[in-house]
Amino acid sequence: MIEFLTSQFGVSAQFVVSVVLALVVIGAMQGGVAYCIYFERKISAWIQDRYGPNRVGPLGLLQPVADGVKFFFKEDVVPRHVDKVLFILAPGMIMFVSLIGFAAIPWGGQLQLGEKLVNIQVANPDIGLLYILGVASMGVYGVVIGGWASNSKYPFFGAIRATAQMISYEIPMGLCILVVVLTMGTLRLEDITQLQTGYWLGFIPQWNMFLHPLAFLILFICVLAEANRAPFDLSEAEQELVGGFHTEYSALKFGMFFLAEYGHMITSSALITVLFLGGWHLPWFSWTQPEATQWYAVVAKMGVISAKIVVFLFLMMWIRWTLPRFRFDQLMRLAWQRLIPVTLALFVLTVGLLYFGLHRSPVWALSGNAVIVVVMLVSAGTVGKEVTGRQPNLPRIQESPGAAALAGV
Amino acid sequence: MLIANIDSYAPIVVVALIALTMAAGMLTLAHVLGPKARHGSVKDAPYESGMPPIGSTHRRLNVRFYIVAVLFLLFDVEVIFLWPWAKVFHAAAANGVTIPLENGGVADKGFLLIGMGIFFSLLVFGLLYEWKKGAFRWE
Repeated sequence: MIEFLTSQFGVSAQFVVSVVLALVVIGAMQGGVAYCIYFERKISAWIQDRYGPNRVGPLGLLQPVADGVKFFFKEDVVPRHVDKVLFILAPGMIMFVSLIGFAAIPWGGQLQLGEKLVNIQVANPDIGLLYILGVASMGVYGVVIGGWASNSKYPFFGAIRATAQMISYEIPMGLCILVVVLTMGTLRLEDITQLQTGYWLGFIPQWNMFLHPLAFLILFICVLAEANRAPFDLSEAEQELVGGFHTEYSALKFGMFFLAEYGHMITSSALITVLFLGGWHLPWFSWTQPEATQWYAVVAKMGVISAKIVVFLFLMMWIRWTLPRFRFDQLMRLAWQRLIPVTLALFVLTVGLLYFGLHRSPVWALSGNAVIVVVMLVSAGTVGKEVTGRQPNLPRIQESPGAAALAGV
Repeated sequence: MLIANIDSYAPIVVVALIALTMAAGMLTLAHVLGPKARHGSVKDAPYESGMPPIGSTHRRLNVRFYIVAVLFLLFDVEVIFLWPWAKVFHAAAANGVTIPLENGGVADKGFLLIGMGIFFSLLVFGLLYEWKKGAFRWE
């Protein structure tokens, strides 16, 4: 089949594999997203001591199918007061963005096809990491266009909040990923995975998680904020804004916002997995090593990366139903006065390690992380302290601080 | 070289086409399959929890949102500068690669470190300045 296509149409075996994989992954993601919603409801039910969906099919397993069909047959309202073109464009756009993000994720290492090695990856550009980051930041457009086009107050406020939040958390996210780039020296996600397949002391896998735990943690926090997940779901805080930016949406257009959110969660979980948890690498098993290129090894690797993604999805849902929501000023303070300084310090640390050739040395990296954590904890009570309640003596924001005022930072 | 690039970027175009088809198809199908939307003065009003809407939607917002947008522009552009530098610095520091300069000298890891040090201290200085200026005060 592949030989026929390559000889008849002049496309490479890699291209054929890429297109097949793209179709498979898009299909799997749509199914995965539908079942994410099911598990979200089941997990919230377990946490709140309820049953959750249990009527459609055994254990309610057919609920996503029923929901999907229902979405299609609902009245598709476009209210008269909205900007019609943008109103219809917004869910399409957010869906589009959530569907193209996965293209640079390496799903299963390499496969031996005849004499050629093909990557089990839809596309492997030199700038794979920048591609994913770029697509992720396009997600904000769907939100802001939807909120603006709704021409209604709640969606508008939701969209403005979501925009401020998503752009603020993009900076620490970029810096955390930069720590990995500095350590690995490549932006190709397949290469980043392969560089993590060694062992320290013969048994500890060389995953970046063990080198830069702080960056890993901050990246996870930023991913929650980027996906508008609790405790960062201020854009759709039900008690304040009804439904946030999708208040005016109904039927499948609302469903598309929902699907896109879960698609975004899956892609970002895959990204964290690749950057910090070794992607498809499972230590000590010969099938999940970079040398194994048989078809069953590829299947095993896909299973491993999917399992890691599922762990992250579960973690996100667990957090959503456990933690209360932030207040908006707390949210912004966390981004600008906590995460950005810490990630800047992490960047300096990594540059220093790299300069002395210690960038793959866990002892030095971990001690650096420990120093940053200690400084963070010591300064937490004094720097950028939260101001709450009535403040009659709050100092005025200075009009022109000058050098003298800066000295007292 | 060209073929290698086609192999690494062409699939992205294919994925984009699939995604575009799916998004457009879903919007169209929902429009065709769903019952025709009925309109009415109450149903078409902006949803404000049942209260009659007062005033225009696009009212003036808190200026802080604007400040955040400006800060983001500055910081994101600055962070983007770090990306190519990171790649080059890794090559220089880990593999000993040096880059010849126009004046005959070479840029090694120390040169790159000093260059980024100046840029980075400007970035940090900007952050401290905004902090002192009260740009992050949301109370």
